[in-house]
Amino acid sequence: MKLDAKIPAGPIQDKWDKHRFELKLVNPANKRKFEIIVVGTGLAGGAAAATMAELGYNVKNFCIQDSPRRAHSIAAQGGINAAKNYQNDGDSIWRLFYDTVKGGDFRAREANVYRLAQVSRNIIDQGVAQGIPFAREYGGQLANRSFGGAQVSRTFYARGQTGQQLLLGAYSSLSRQVAAGKVKMYPRQEMLDVVLVNGKARGIVTRNLVSGEIEKHAAHAVVLATGGYGNVFFLSTNAMNCNVNAAFRAYRRGAFFGNPCYTQIHPTCIPVHGTYQSKLTLMSESLRNDGRVWVPKNPGDKRAPGDIPESERFYYLEEKYPSFGNLVPRDVASRNAKEQCDAGRGVGETGLAVYLDFADAIKRDGEDVIGRKYGNLFQMYEKITAQDPYKVPMMIYPAVHYTMGGLWVDYNLMTTVPGLFATGECNFSDHGANRLGASALMQGLADGYFVIPYTIGGYLASESIENVTTDHPAFKDSLSYVNDRINKLLAVNGKRTVDDFHRQLGQIMWDYCGMARNNEGLDKAKGMIQELRAEFWENVIVPGETNDVNQSLEKAGRVADFMEFAELMVTDARHRQESCGGHFNEGFQTGESEALRDDENFCYAAAWESKGLDAEPELHREPLTFEHVKLTQRSYK
Amino acid sequence: MTAKNINLTLKVWRQNGPEDKGRFENYEAKDISTDMSFLEMLDVVNEKLTLEGREPIAFDSDCREGPICQCGSVVNGRPHGHEKGTTLCQLHMRHFDDGDTIAIEPFRARAFKVLKDLMVDRGALDKIIQAGGYISVNAGGAPDANSIPIPQDVAEKAMDAAACIGCGACVAACPNASAMLFTSAKVSQLALLPQGKPEAAKRAITMVRAMDALGFGNCTNERECEAECPKEISIINIARMNREFLKASFFSDVM
Repeated sequence: MKLDAKIPAGPIQDKWDKHRFELKLVNPANKRKFEIIVVGTGLAGGAAAATMAELGYNVKNFCIQDSPRRAHSIAAQGGINAAKNYQNDGDSIWRLFYDTVKGGDFRAREANVYRLAQVSRNIIDQGVAQGIPFAREYGGQLANRSFGGAQVSRTFYARGQTGQQLLLGAYSSLSRQVAAGKVKMYPRQEMLDVVLVNGKARGIVTRNLVSGEIEKHAAHAVVLATGGYGNVFFLSTNAMNCNVNAAFRAYRRGAFFGNPCYTQIHPTCIPVHGTYQSKLTLMSESLRNDGRVWVPKNPGDKRAPGDIPESERFYYLEEKYPSFGNLVPRDVASRNAKEQCDAGRGVGETGLAVYLDFADAIKRDGEDVIGRKYGNLFQMYEKITAQDPYKVPMMIYPAVHYTMGGLWVDYNLMTTVPGLFATGECNFSDHGANRLGASALMQGLADGYFVIPYTIGGYLASESIENVTTDHPAFKDSLSYVNDRINKLLAVNGKRTVDDFHRQLGQIMWDYCGMARNNEGLDKAKGMIQELRAEFWENVIVPGETNDVNQSLEKAGRVADFMEFAELMVTDARHRQESCGGHFNEGFQTGESEALRDDENFCYAAAWESKGLDAEPELHREPLTFEHVKLTQRSYK
Repeated sequence: MTAKNINLTLKVWRQNGPEDKGRFENYEAKDISTDMSFLEMLDVVNEKLTLEGREPIAFDSDCREGPICQCGSVVNGRPHGHEKGTTLCQLHMRHFDDGDTIAIEPFRARAFKVLKDLMVDRGALDKIIQAGGYISVNAGGAPDANSIPIPQDVAEKAMDAAACIGCGACVAACPNASAMLFTSAKVSQLALLPQGKPEAAKRAITMVRAMDALGFGNCTNERECEAECPKEISIINIARMNREFLKASFFSDVM
């Protein structure tokens, strides 16, 4: 199968306009004849479900939480980018496009990124119209701040709760459509398989997480908005229930998986402090606007931070990258923190932390101003660590945060399975090998409000989609597959808990497929994952029954998929014999320890086709061409 | 961070389903690090139960940072525990002493059905929002975001109300199981902003009616909701909603 990204011809500025014109339309009266399934209610899913319902489609919207408002998008703190140029500091669609392509280390599709930058402006307009209380200046105009990887202030924010406010905006639009009868909500339902009829996605099979019942749902098209796979590492900043199931089941049913090895390690998280730890907490990147990152100059210096004089501190980001300073992109900041800790300069009890210091900012602006900007983040930090960042520097360390890889999609956000779409973090499309801060909210909402509602119409209008009900044999097959898997999990009755396995898998991934990788480690990891997976199916213990609330069973199903997915990640990481963005192979670095790309051989998106559990997946390449942004070694110096 | 280990006795509410009567059961939580969060402590207890072949305690949790608020239980009689302005996931064990007995129950209210153990169905809160907690604007066609200047103090007040995470602690804390704080936070946020004004009267009436119809109680100014709200939402919002409601009842055409 040849990958066709379906990028429209013509100048980049006109592609999206031209494409929207060329897409076939569904007559308004006919829209109500179509059923669309949306899985996920975060920014991408909630916005897509609401908007498609506004257009007249009948939408069934599923989520695993007890309410659509509890999707993990809500946890995003810092902000959302938009090329509004309200600050008159030289921003433009072109600059946002350029920054995103460069920030992604030249591994994203230019046409998609340009469209993202174009619609970024509409998102802010839409949000304000919905009543999102973005931060304002005294004059009543919207406020902005800067974020990593950019030299302009284009980030809109609502205190440290930007994700929450944007999600509640989407949720309010969704609620309006639920009330209007255009969206039917299915909370506490987990998708366990996608159903294909004649090669097209025609429905899903879910487990009702309250009754345990396995349900079949048919539709004319299926949209996945199920987020990223960061929890393959066990410890991450993702919510506990984030998982790869939906995307991975789609992969097993024929959707190609794009660039699974691109994972983002966020530089500013609260360090790990014990083996019982269940998750890691992010401290917004916005803190790097005013906080200064440093470590003691002398390795092993155990003095309290206040006792270390200025002359014995190493502000390594400011010294190494004078023009971006503390605001270098996330991958660069994370790798540098690791480098300092590996060199013995790490601080705290474990030596796996660096300081993020607000003393200078407080001296300059006063506690008041700093408190207004970051008060809730400081409070959150104090709750977890019992230390007051107004008085002592924060201690931070990188943690798994976001996954740039995801289901491969074309310009229409359709996977390689006709009728199966993927939006938001669960697709691979816009961030290349590294995502810039404040761009995840932007992409999720762009896909949901402004892309999929158009492109899905093009699909529905140009394909002949016969009527299919859940009585079709394909649904029965899927149902028995799902039931078998559940029964198998319950029948093992071994001696190790699901969390215990998950923790071990996460450790393998963090050690060998984390911030830095090498060929030897990746080869080793592959064997370790296979062994662990074999043990999982022989020795896991899942108490309880299937026809009841059973959280152990839910977790077991997710970890079972992570066990398979981890191997795909390692395979992708091993094949990419270069370093780029979040994928840093130690064998490929510049003299200054920066990621060294190999554009001659690896300037492509890797799309993996499943050949089943016991066979190696097949690699397909989508060549990336850069007509507008020149391929260069990224420099933030 | 000077962590130490403590031993605790837990009295946990176990209930097999909505129809089950339910009861407290006792569990020992041993060697709990004071750096753990409350939910991590429950994880440890659950791991032990699982290995003993017993069914773990069902409790909801997701982000473990605050904003999702899939979690929420009553700890020693207080929703989200005794720390002010804190969700349960952010309550750390350093706030407990060695030898403490801790009672853990689900949020209780007529409108919240217990699904299992500490898990409750808070779908009624979604229904209140569906009754009008939105501005009727379709995607596309919104005017430029800066075309409506909003004074900073107004935006800040709207933000104070918008901070609500919909956890339901206000309902669980209220002797009348009223959802006034929750409902008023949304009514206030949208009534304060110019974009929300056109529908303000209708919104106040339909949301309050929905709240009543769903089985939530009335407000009798106990202020328990404000005291327990993890986001410290003020009852000023209730006053604002009452004003909006009265105004709408007397001076608008909304029936």
